Amino acid sequence: MGSHGKDTAHFHPSFATYIKVFSTLIVLTVITVAASRIDFGAMNAIVAFGIATVKALLVAGIFMHLKYDDKMNRYIIGSAFFFLVVLYFFCYLDNFTRIVQHSTL
Amino acid sequence: MAHEHKAGENYLNHEKGLWSWLTSLDHKRIGVMYFITVMIFFLIGGIFAMLIRTELLTTGQTIMTAEHYTQVMTYHGAVMVFLVIIPGIPAFMGNFFMPMQIGAADVAFPRLNLLSWYCLLLGATVAFCSLLVGGADTGWTFYTPYSISMKPGVVLLVVGAFIGGFSSILTGLNFVATIHKLRAPGMTMNRIPLFVWAIYSTAILQVLATPVLAITLLLLAMENVFQIGFFDPALGGDPVLFQHFFWFYSHPAVYIMILPAFGVISELIAAFSRKTIFGYTAIAYSSVAIAAVSFFVWGHHMFVSGQSEIAGIVFSAITMLVGVPTAIKVFNWVATLHKSSINLASPMLFALGFMFLFTIGGVTGIFLATTALDVHFHDTYFVVAHFHYVMVGGTLMAVVGGLYYWFPKMFAKMINETLGRISFFFIFVGFNVTFFPQFVLGSKGMPRRYFDYLPEFQPLNQISTIGAYMIGIGFIVSLIAVVKALVEKQPNPGPNPWGAKTLEWTTQSPPIHTNFEKQPIVTAGPYEYR
Amino acid sequence: MSTANHGASGHHHAHHFENAEHEYDTGKQGVWLFLATEVLMFGGLFVGYLYFHHLYPDIFKIGSKFTDWRMGAANTVVLLTSSLTMALGIYYTQQGKLSAAFNNLLVTVLCGAGFMGIKYFEYSHKIHLGLKPGSWFSGNVAEIAQHAGVAAEAVPYNLPLYFSFYYMMTGLHGIHVLIGMGAIIWVMIRLKKGHFGPNHFTAMEGVGLFWHLVDLVWIYLFPLLYLVT
Repeated sequence: MGSHGKDTAHFHPSFATYIKVFSTLIVLTVITVAASRIDFGAMNAIVAFGIATVKALLVAGIFMHLKYDDKMNRYIIGSAFFFLVVLYFFCYLDNFTRIVQHSTL
Repeated sequence: MAHEHKAGENYLNHEKGLWSWLTSLDHKRIGVMYFITVMIFFLIGGIFAMLIRTELLTTGQTIMTAEHYTQVMTYHGAVMVFLVIIPGIPAFMGNFFMPMQIGAADVAFPRLNLLSWYCLLLGATVAFCSLLVGGADTGWTFYTPYSISMKPGVVLLVVGAFIGGFSSILTGLNFVATIHKLRAPGMTMNRIPLFVWAIYSTAILQVLATPVLAITLLLLAMENVFQIGFFDPALGGDPVLFQHFFWFYSHPAVYIMILPAFGVISELIAAFSRKTIFGYTAIAYSSVAIAAVSFFVWGHHMFVSGQSEIAGIVFSAITMLVGVPTAIKVFNWVATLHKSSINLASPMLFALGFMFLFTIGGVTGIFLATTALDVHFHDTYFVVAHFHYVMVGGTLMAVVGGLYYWFPKMFAKMINETLGRISFFFIFVGFNVTFFPQFVLGSKGMPRRYFDYLPEFQPLNQISTIGAYMIGIGFIVSLIAVVKALVEKQPNPGPNPWGAKTLEWTTQSPPIHTNFEKQPIVTAGPYEYR
Repeated sequence: MSTANHGASGHHHAHHFENAEHEYDTGKQGVWLFLATEVLMFGGLFVGYLYFHHLYPDIFKIGSKFTDWRMGAANTVVLLTSSLTMALGIYYTQQGKLSAAFNNLLVTVLCGAGFMGIKYFEYSHKIHLGLKPGSWFSGNVAEIAQHAGVAAEAVPYNLPLYFSFYYMMTGLHGIHVLIGMGAIIWVMIRLKKGHFGPNHFTAMEGVGLFWHLVDLVWIYLFPLLYLVT
């Protein structure tokens, strides 16, 4: 990617798109609250964060224009989340594989 | 971008007065200001080093109490890591030369650049204020729970480091955007100099790793003030979690410290063997590979911390991997030297010295990556020797070599060759005399950070101290050479005294305010010697 | 190479950029790089939370009984609305409808204030119960046990750790809400002064991206602190 010379107008979402996305976000909020009343057992967290992720992708993609933007911006924010997962993974790996030894004293 | 400028006008005389410097948005002036501030911090850190080595001349108390020693040791580390080596090459040489090497007129965000410098100054001020409230004696790594026993000195030192961290983040952010967006026409990523690849990889690390340090230091400060309990076992916290968070940043940080040095060495080797660098692509991609893999290895600092064995094994294996791209660089540099026309000017002496010293440092890193050996070496002088070989024998050699190399471009003056060689001799020989014995001391079991040691370790400690004084002399000679060159009258050595091929050498010395009269159009790679 | 760097709305782009679009694209990338650092900083707290959740699930089970999902949901709706109005502020600026833009930015700030207001109620309720951070924790174990529906002996000794997380995460987020509000007010002042128009709104969009990030963090904080035990 060399120097910038193109004159393309940046595409932006329409008013209707913004309203549709906002309504979807509100509906998803209602759904996530309702879902929290139901006990999915071990899946509770996955359901809650799954819905949160859908909301996050809508905000990032449409409100923050990532869908219409230079792809590099996606990679930049994506790499932040990726390395966060790496931080969590190894901390979890350590914690999960610790062999607890109780003192014999 | 046509800019008329008068004959004889350059970035140094473009505007006059101290205020014009302190408010400058010119990346070259900001680079020079960073150079001066980092040099001052290096002097301070160096004085702490001399105090340490003088204390260790004899067993028992030599010149200070144990309490003072642990503080001096802490500040030596904190100053050198946070105020010298991390900003070091990127903020000084990266700022000055990266934009020129890609044919740009400035960095992407000049005001952010100036803010970065002020962040470093503010951070340093807060950090030094910690000395007024009792100081810190935890070591620069601030391990808990010792560091959270309500120590105001620790709080100020970590807040200072937190602020300084923003300097690093903003510089990295600026450089990534600059390299992505401001390359001159024809300057594809495959034609940028290897110094720029190095700065780019470093900048990515600065952006992605430093924020985790920020939250870690913030939590540490909160622990000290409010006892929030994350890292305090008495409150149900986990001190090993602190280490995970701390080293998640601090391991990539050591690559922030060495990658730019690799970049400088690539420039020096190419210029002073007057040959196209061997394996440009391998060296370029190895920089990015090192940056990427560096995020997966931090647990090799924690083998004996209580971390699980399985985690230890995984970290050990991946750490071995990171040696591969590093070795690739060394092999490519050696291949460049082969059948080339080597010019042994003083910058090249430092580059060659780097290759020798860094190789030793790097290889001993593999010793430490081996879990079984690390159990024996951890917290001994073996580790101290290892990281000084890579950071001093590596990075600092590259700093001095790069300084001597780029000096004529920055100031239209040459460093006196004799003084340059004398400084090299004292630094190189002194360095080995100081730190080689420390490998031996460490493997014999002398612990690091201790104020005292067993009597049988005294002879090697004394040799080490003599070496430290030699290094001190070497850097003083270097300082004299720099000041002498700045102060004395010299004929302008011209735009390209070394006959190098990267873009900065095509402009006048010192460069004009906007770097280039006209934006360059690039049609070839950076090292087209033959 | 063009020597004119003067946009239609009277904006001069900086000399080291080729044109206004180049400056705009680079500015946006700079903001995204900054947002990446914010993700990693907040993310550290999330990682810590998950780590301790694995170690001490009980403190989260009991502690989360003290967060009111209705306040959390209200705050979620408030922030989502503010994100919409922030996006519309930029939308109207692009259309040249500057007073509609201004009004939307004003609503955004007011939503932020509303968020902080709800937060104030939440915090004061907790503080009233003695559920304060760290060493200031003065909660009554019997009352806590009763509210949580567990035996007093089942209240873990390190329950304050849960509240440390609660205050750290919501506190850091709250500080960012305040900073965002300040930034939006700055943009509103510049809008009134005529600095923005259909061809130039880079700073507004940059501030908008920051505001959306603040919303994004809350989108994850809400289930973490209010919905999942």
